[in-house]
Amino acid sequence: MAMTETDTLLTVSDLTLYRGSAKILDHVNLSLARGETLALVGESGAGKSTIAMALMQLLDGARIEGRADLAGAGDLFSLSSRQMVRLRGKRLSMIFQDAGAALNPAYTVGRQLITTLRRNLGLTRPEAYRRAVDLFAQVGINDAEARLSAFPHQLSGGMQQRVMVAIALACNPDLLLADEPTSALDVTIQAQIIRLILSLTRERGASCIFVLHDLALASQSCDRIVVLYAGQVVESGPVAEVLNNHRHPYTRQLKSCVVEIGRADLVAPEGTVPPHDQMPKGCRFSTRCPRALARCSDDAPPPMPANPDRGGPHDHVFACWNPE
Amino acid sequence: MSFLMSSASAPRTEKVPATAPVFELIEVEKVFQVRPPNSGLSRKTVGLRALDGVRLRVDTGTSIALVGESGSGKSTLLRVLLGLDAPTGGRALYHGAPIREARAKGRDFARDVAMVYQDARGSLDPRMTVEALIAEPLRHFNIVQKDQIKARVAELLDRVGLPTDAGRRYAAGLSGGQVRRVAIARALASEPSVLVADEAVSGLDVSTQAQLLTLLRGLQRDMNLTLVFITHDLGVASYLCDEIAIMYLGRIVETGPTDVVLNAPAHPYSAALRAAAPRFFEPMPEPLSGEIPSPLDLPPGCRFSTRCPAAQPDCGERDPQLGRFGAHRAVACLHPLTNPQA
Repeated sequence: MAMTETDTLLTVSDLTLYRGSAKILDHVNLSLARGETLALVGESGAGKSTIAMALMQLLDGARIEGRADLAGAGDLFSLSSRQMVRLRGKRLSMIFQDAGAALNPAYTVGRQLITTLRRNLGLTRPEAYRRAVDLFAQVGINDAEARLSAFPHQLSGGMQQRVMVAIALACNPDLLLADEPTSALDVTIQAQIIRLILSLTRERGASCIFVLHDLALASQSCDRIVVLYAGQVVESGPVAEVLNNHRHPYTRQLKSCVVEIGRADLVAPEGTVPPHDQMPKGCRFSTRCPRALARCSDDAPPPMPANPDRGGPHDHVFACWNPE
Repeated sequence: MSFLMSSASAPRTEKVPATAPVFELIEVEKVFQVRPPNSGLSRKTVGLRALDGVRLRVDTGTSIALVGESGSGKSTLLRVLLGLDAPTGGRALYHGAPIREARAKGRDFARDVAMVYQDARGSLDPRMTVEALIAEPLRHFNIVQKDQIKARVAELLDRVGLPTDAGRRYAAGLSGGQVRRVAIARALASEPSVLVADEAVSGLDVSTQAQLLTLLRGLQRDMNLTLVFITHDLGVASYLCDEIAIMYLGRIVETGPTDVVLNAPAHPYSAALRAAAPRFFEPMPEPLSGEIPSPLDLPPGCRFSTRCPAAQPDCGERDPQLGRFGAHRAVACLHPLTNPQA
């Protein structure tokens, strides 16, 4: 998908995030076009959720360097918390993994949705109520009027996640961040929720960043993919391009660990992610990498285009001194 | 490592007739008395049928996956297999004798049937070192002489891929994958012939999961373990288990060899589960509509008929039982999707 400057909704440049002395994210770059779906994939500690939380400015006690430019709003990281409150919900919103914990147990789900609508859009109570009924219908909750007066614990996990989707999309944000929205759900419900999020964001022309650990699911649901390892972007680009013609050894490893049905051979990778105080200065995957060179542990590889003739930061990019 | 290889042929396991399956469940039913929701202060209870007409046979040396979504009865079935819950109907047998009796008789059952719990961290005492945790069953079952315990713990740690110095650590200082390895080492310490594992690889990163899966498959083959593996992941089931039993709302709806069942599911629910599993670059399939009904309010006829894309008028009237379907399969459906020959 070719892209012009005006299509870009979000550009994250050189995002580095510290917690104490630990460098959790290391020069993360990514960009997102309007209407595009992007998957952040990687294993625990890769920093996928941290990126989403940093964009929402929901992290306490983290030191952030770099920029995140949202079209029309400027650099999110330099906004005051007051300015951020005005953006959340309207420009960008987030769905969490555990909807049951993200919803307030003391209020009915209807009240939580109606509050969102009234505060952000300034609707009157009856207007907000009508909009809420309509939103519940859109996210596939039958008997919407009755369900509005339910408390979160009275709903199943799938229903709670539908409520979250309704609240997140209530004010038509142009960026939706979905942090593992279906990992806690059964597979048949997972398919329902992913399809729901995709169709509703598509209808609204919104962009979506999915935080996922399932590569196969990413290949089915997203346009582009960013592969992270221990806080560094190792490879990114169009999903088919990255997964079919990967260049980074870590992308291969991640792919080879997916246990598809009917798979008889499985080669488990060696080792684990090093702790933060033992992280190499250069490529963080170098401690486990079968293709590591002498320079890899000291010298961080910059993002390199996989197709230099086509170019563009939006195309397939990898960060490796000895690519496959 | 020799003891780990040879333990399957230890004399202990030879006193049972080779023909009796390890576990056999015949029309097992488990009804819990619960207070219905919104019943206020009333103490009246109703019966919740967590298992209903379950038939299952687990032969020595096989590996079987129990697959189903939340509320399907997997965990209740597990509790019945371990003798923690008595079935309210039907018979649950271990080597031909009722499981509860076998369990009450002495330590043999507990020694022979080992369990890896879903919450591995919660199953390990946080105040015991890893070495003490693994030594406990060695001592309890008199597996080795007292002076050999240390060496055996080291062997077990090595077998599950942990460094020897892990023995001095506590569960709190271990990663999720390491904690599962400790739980597996502890389960294997009593030299069991049956390993029952509840979601032993779920909630882990894919590379950690791959490491544990190759470990479990190696252990199962080297030690000739009978493996009962509860999972919600069909990929995991197909990698690890020869046989599969798919559950829905307290009943086994389909069983058979894993590859046959997953290649050509006969029950529409098996087919839906198969389709819902993410696959590289396949378009997302039309998901099943609706959610699993409450077990307190089962639909009439087939319990899957309310969500079944292939439901016929008679599905709402007759409740299909698990019946033979070809030589090695069984299915509980009035209108199976494939022929028994398939």
